[in-house]
Amino acid sequence: MTAQTDPATAIALNRFGLGARPGDAPPADPRRWLKAQMTGFEPRPPVIANTPASPEMAAEFRRYLVETKLLKQNGAPLPPPPVRPAPAPGMTDAAMEAADKDNPKLAGLPKELRQDIRRMYRDSYAVQATARIEAALVSPAPFADRLAHFWANHFAISADKLQTLGLGGTLEFEAIRPHLFGKFSDLVLAVETHPAMLLYLDQAQSIGPESFIGQRAALRRNPKAKKVGLNENLAREIMELHTLGVDGGYTQGDVQELARALTGWSVGGFVRAPIGKEAPDGAFVFQETWHEPGQRTLLGRKYRDGGFDQGRTILADLSVHPATAHHIATKLARHFIADTPPPAVVARLARVHVESGGDLKALYTAIIDSPEAWATPEPKFKTPWEWTVSVMRGIGARDLPDQKLVGVLSELGQPVWRPGSPAGWDDIASAWAAPDALLRRVEVAQRIAAKVGDRLDARTLAPQLLPGVLTPATATAISRAGSPQDALAMLFVSPEFLRR
Amino acid sequence: MINRRTLITRAALAGAALSMPGLAFAAAPGDRRFVFVILRGAMDGLSTVLPVGDASFRGLRGELADPAGGAPVKLDAMFALHPALAGTAAMYASGEALFIQAVASPYRERSHFDGQNVLETGGTAAYALSDGWLNRALPLIPNSREAVAITATVPMALRGKAAVTSYAPSALPPASDDLLSRVAGMYAGDPQLHTLWSQAIDAKMLAGADGDKRANPESLGKLAATFLSKPDGPRIAVIELQGWDTHAQQNGRLNTQLKQLDTLLVALKTGLGPNWSKTAVLAATEFGRTAAINGTGGTDHGTGGAAILAGGAVRGGRVVADWPGLRGSDLYENRDLKPTTDLRAVMAGVLAGQFGIDPGRMGAVFPNAPGLRPMDGLIRV
Repeated sequence: MTAQTDPATAIALNRFGLGARPGDAPPADPRRWLKAQMTGFEPRPPVIANTPASPEMAAEFRRYLVETKLLKQNGAPLPPPPVRPAPAPGMTDAAMEAADKDNPKLAGLPKELRQDIRRMYRDSYAVQATARIEAALVSPAPFADRLAHFWANHFAISADKLQTLGLGGTLEFEAIRPHLFGKFSDLVLAVETHPAMLLYLDQAQSIGPESFIGQRAALRRNPKAKKVGLNENLAREIMELHTLGVDGGYTQGDVQELARALTGWSVGGFVRAPIGKEAPDGAFVFQETWHEPGQRTLLGRKYRDGGFDQGRTILADLSVHPATAHHIATKLARHFIADTPPPAVVARLARVHVESGGDLKALYTAIIDSPEAWATPEPKFKTPWEWTVSVMRGIGARDLPDQKLVGVLSELGQPVWRPGSPAGWDDIASAWAAPDALLRRVEVAQRIAAKVGDRLDARTLAPQLLPGVLTPATATAISRAGSPQDALAMLFVSPEFLRR
Repeated sequence: MINRRTLITRAALAGAALSMPGLAFAAAPGDRRFVFVILRGAMDGLSTVLPVGDASFRGLRGELADPAGGAPVKLDAMFALHPALAGTAAMYASGEALFIQAVASPYRERSHFDGQNVLETGGTAAYALSDGWLNRALPLIPNSREAVAITATVPMALRGKAAVTSYAPSALPPASDDLLSRVAGMYAGDPQLHTLWSQAIDAKMLAGADGDKRANPESLGKLAATFLSKPDGPRIAVIELQGWDTHAQQNGRLNTQLKQLDTLLVALKTGLGPNWSKTAVLAATEFGRTAAINGTGGTDHGTGGAAILAGGAVRGGRVVADWPGLRGSDLYENRDLKPTTDLRAVMAGVLAGQFGIDPGRMGAVFPNAPGLRPMDGLIRV
């Protein structure tokens, strides 16, 4: 069997990578090719470095809040926010206009202004989403990029709250990509201190009832004063989704203890003075005067009060907890091996996590070295994101002429950074392999193929993109298509290409 | 000579050939419809059906006691409806909508994802059942045909053994018929794709022109109504609305959410036309939210909540509640509205009333609920 027809080549390219590209030489040693991508990964390629960073988006938003406040005092109409609430997938302009009229933050503005807001929203979100796609198209390390997408979904935020609209990509670009190959605890800390996460899960304004500010508010008892208090949203999702997992053996009491430990973790520029100290826009800030004082007890362990360090120590312990090891092992195995991963693999990966102290490189190496990860036929049904990126790589695209592909992902049911909940998107076939979803992929494939025209011959492209796994039946079906464009569309919706 | 008996036999045979071998029924009287609307993210029941007559309400809720967009609409001595649900209030006034307050699934923890799993599987614990309650109900429903999810993918409530389909409005240009038939040929040898593809093409035929509109609550409602109005179309549909997790600045966000729900319900009524009189729509969420307002103008994950039952077949114009009260000692775990009604009893009551399913057979739909009593009197006879 030659290197070209060994299914391991296709598995490395498609299951571990983001899909083969025409003309690229297939890796001679698939496993070594994957492991080599773990060193020298560039977290900020130019296309990502050119997108607005979170301090910029935060500054923009802060200016808006200040202007709004001033104008409100003067009774003047409000200016538009720098970005607007995300429309539902595929919403028409008229439908968005109707929704905006109902939005208390936008109602009362002239129609033209609302249109401007929509345009601005589309710009900031679409620029980031386009950068994510383009980085995936040209990445020299597609396995590493896949891992970035995996963790962005694990630590999911959903860009549909006013405060987080412009921050969808910044969490992935700033907190996740730089920490792909270090310790899991470093990744966790980077994510939980990032403005996007603190704002998305309402941590940025959580104030301990016994803290200095909490006590002062309680004394004042002014019914008109802004209410201050504890918000347990982030604490709950850290335990349920980011670390221990829902069956990780924690209680409601543990959630509340973590919520108290995290009080004071906030974001500069988003919190109105004078109750918090000033900090640079979009930067993490620890608000000492909001922090709930005292010792915390979590999962039977005691943590002495130490301001910011109390929360940091708890997160570090959660990151290496055996329940976390099992949770992370399950999700990685589900992503690379099967929807219902073999328990033996999960146990093996969990052991690696515990024994290495949560070393992510050791975990990825263990997956690459698992024989189960190299099984045929393709066990995983591609998500809309995976499928779309692999199609664009398959036609050799290196950039996007416009931002239409961002909308296409909405039509396919998976708008970038908008899973609608902190649990992220499901990573199993039953979530994506549905009648209507399949029809949409055929529609998209036909549209993309029509633009390629006869620039590519699907008959020669198919064995390049699916080396060693293209079946004779599919090859025949492609060769009998009515036109070169239809042949290309059929390649992209073939059973082998829909799976990895 | 063809008499009534042979007609029924023929109908049964045709049904058997099309769907479930051995499980065919004659058409139920009135040919009823059912729509299940899943409100994902935990709708705040206390701000939707406001217990304004409870002495503790205002103190617990702060600014949330006064919803954005105006005064709540009085329902009875205890309850008032959020003003964003104006169309639903009109249905209530004409006896076509009712509200169930202090209701919950058996789930008693506070994870959205586990809570939604219990809501949709109809079990007692998350992941205890691997199929949806509505899928298990399908074999018991006369002429249910393939139920339809108005979503691109099939939600858990409809996943399971019985064949179902999904269809959502698409803004994409349709693929050519030639390509569609060639793709069908390519999938012939792949059991998973072959099944999905056949269902997709069937649904595409049924949806017709309404399938090309884009997704918003109005077009979702209209599309569902189109499916349910076809003489040979589905009788069961599932729709979902996201975004109910109002931890902060709830007043404005809930107003937008409820307007969307109201638009959806009104679009269903308008789109169903004369068939509205045979329809029941149940809108339910995974759990309620905390009784007290939190520090960020919102509410956190709670327990007891509210559900809406609307439709021309519904015996409406009332609030169904065994009201537990809102004093500290009345609350569940000192923080949430205490559930006094099992949501599964409501689901079973709607199924029993709409489709004449014998309560004794409800064990097939809710296998972990021995002794579950379907709620009586929800549906007009």
